[in-house]
Amino acid sequence: MLESVIQNFFNALQWGSFYSLIALGYTLVYGVLTLINFAHGDIFMVGAYIAFFVSTFIIANMSGLPGWAVMTLTIPLTMILTACVGVTLERIAYRPLRRKGANRLYVVITALMCGLILENGNLALLGASRKSFPPLVDKVIYTVGSISMTNLKIAVIFSAIMVFILLQFIVTKTKIGMAMRAISYDKFAVPLMGIPIDTIIVFTFILGSSMAGLAGLLYSLSYPILDPYMGALIGWKAFIAAVVGGIGDIRGAFLGGFLLGFIEILVVAFFPSTFRDLIAFSILLIILIYKPTGLFGVAKTTKI
Amino acid sequence: MQRFSVPAILMVLVFTLIGLSYYNFLDLYVQSVIMFIGINIILSTSLNIVNGYMGEFACGHAAFMAIGAYVSSILNVFLFTKDKVFGLPLLPPELALYFFPLVLLAGALAAALAGGLVAIPSFKTRGDYLAIITIAANFIVTSTIINMNSIGGARGFMGMKKIVYAMEDVIALPWMLIWVMLSTILTVWLIRRYVSSTFGKGIIAINQDEVAAEIMSVNTNKMKLAAFMISSGLAGLAGGLFAHILGYINPGSFGILKSTECLVMVYLGGMGSLSGSVISAILFTLLLEGLRFVIPWINSALHYVHLLPDTYEVSQVWKWVLIPLILVFLMQFRPEGIMGNKELSDIFPKLKKWYKFK
Repeated sequence: MLESVIQNFFNALQWGSFYSLIALGYTLVYGVLTLINFAHGDIFMVGAYIAFFVSTFIIANMSGLPGWAVMTLTIPLTMILTACVGVTLERIAYRPLRRKGANRLYVVITALMCGLILENGNLALLGASRKSFPPLVDKVIYTVGSISMTNLKIAVIFSAIMVFILLQFIVTKTKIGMAMRAISYDKFAVPLMGIPIDTIIVFTFILGSSMAGLAGLLYSLSYPILDPYMGALIGWKAFIAAVVGGIGDIRGAFLGGFLLGFIEILVVAFFPSTFRDLIAFSILLIILIYKPTGLFGVAKTTKI
Repeated sequence: MQRFSVPAILMVLVFTLIGLSYYNFLDLYVQSVIMFIGINIILSTSLNIVNGYMGEFACGHAAFMAIGAYVSSILNVFLFTKDKVFGLPLLPPELALYFFPLVLLAGALAAALAGGLVAIPSFKTRGDYLAIITIAANFIVTSTIINMNSIGGARGFMGMKKIVYAMEDVIALPWMLIWVMLSTILTVWLIRRYVSSTFGKGIIAINQDEVAAEIMSVNTNKMKLAAFMISSGLAGLAGGLFAHILGYINPGSFGILKSTECLVMVYLGGMGSLSGSVISAILFTLLLEGLRFVIPWINSALHYVHLLPDTYEVSQVWKWVLIPLILVFLMQFRPEGIMGNKELSDIFPKLKKWYKFK
């Protein structure tokens, strides 16, 4: 009994790590722009595909490299390329609308459309056949008593925590993070202070999208089947997790992702797995009804 | 007499379409496209109450559609047909024709009650948190239906075609077309009356400034509840019609993608513009159906000029790449949608001579 509890605890930590990594990207963009970037789940999917192509390319062209060397090459390349995708979206779709001062919701709809383009464009270009991710790292299983841990699981949890600490450091301790917080505080006064608002926004997209790329890489290492719609449901769920944590707050997104992971694993442990979404979303709704602005969210006061 | 021209034109249109369908001048495909245009008009105008006029961001419209579809289908199958689950019909199938509007109404009422439940959290939250609540409601509804094995679960629910045949046995008319057109006209009329009444002005006040509206004695909670219930009830009506046209429903067809379609239609038409919603629903449906024929043509043209490798075919999947692309470009050039918060009569003031209700 106790062993299965601990086993499930680590499974939930791994599952929540993916949600957290994606939710962090959502929260960063939202905190700066108050824009729900609905294409983020699909950027995660693109990240997984980019990781697939990069790693197969490296394996094919530099045969004889050990797995860890391929990994060390793949991780930065994937993050950079995925960040390029995110920045491209911002450049061609969101920025012109922001310049025109369009209603915020039109930008959200554009983001939804961009997500659909990414999903279906992927399906149309690469076909519906599922790709299987090459195993880059040999699975090492550590057993303590009857609890088994793979090295991958540890890496996923560790990287999620590291990313969280890094982001928290960037946002709270550096100058560029201060500029981010300034933009979310008052978008109109910031350019008057000589802060390059577009650069900051591009940097935000780079951060968020590279996190999504990392999440895609780790996800496809853990569950090595890729399909074009893998990002859709995870993206929606991660966004809901970010909101339950309190959107625009990094700690909130991190904890919200883990909370959703824990709830889902618990439901699967005790109920039939078809009940997973039903119970998870019901619990999140109840949390939102009692704390309308999320766990860490601050209620905004409106002046009349 | 000039003032009655809009109802007259509508009557002529309805009777022409019925006549053409009755004498088989329109094949079933064209009829179904017309019906889907009607359903999309109902969906986009009803979502426009909450998203356009009230300025909220609700994106779970397909959930209410699913509730309406399932409730009306189950009621009809339970009452009028022989079914494996529900057994023999309770009432003679000839009565299906007379009970059909009542059954649709029951579906709409069930959806409206669900909409009322979703509206309760909206008293305190606004904006993006409400978006989450509605998305979660959409997920909850679809996964609830998946877990109800007695009504088919994920396999879907069938048997509504028998009702349509039973109606056509009584009087041989294209009944579904008639019901869809009547519902569409009723919906547009109802929403137009609602948002231009004193009662409906309250939701526009909420859109402008909620706190100020509250101070000016608008009961915001009551307004939100009414707006949500009308919006979701009409979505339930659309769902009931949708179920009876297709004759088969499954929870997968009421997912987030369907909600996204509704959202796209509203924002393409323009927030808070009824004529914009109608126009965008017509355009969107025609675009969807038109691309079916355009894509093979593109495929053969590209192969003809040897731009594509011979092994690659441009498939129908490209439809869902082209439509979002077109919409993204539209948004770049006209960020406020087609009409942008104006009605047709604001752009062409001379139209006002042609109808009675200003």
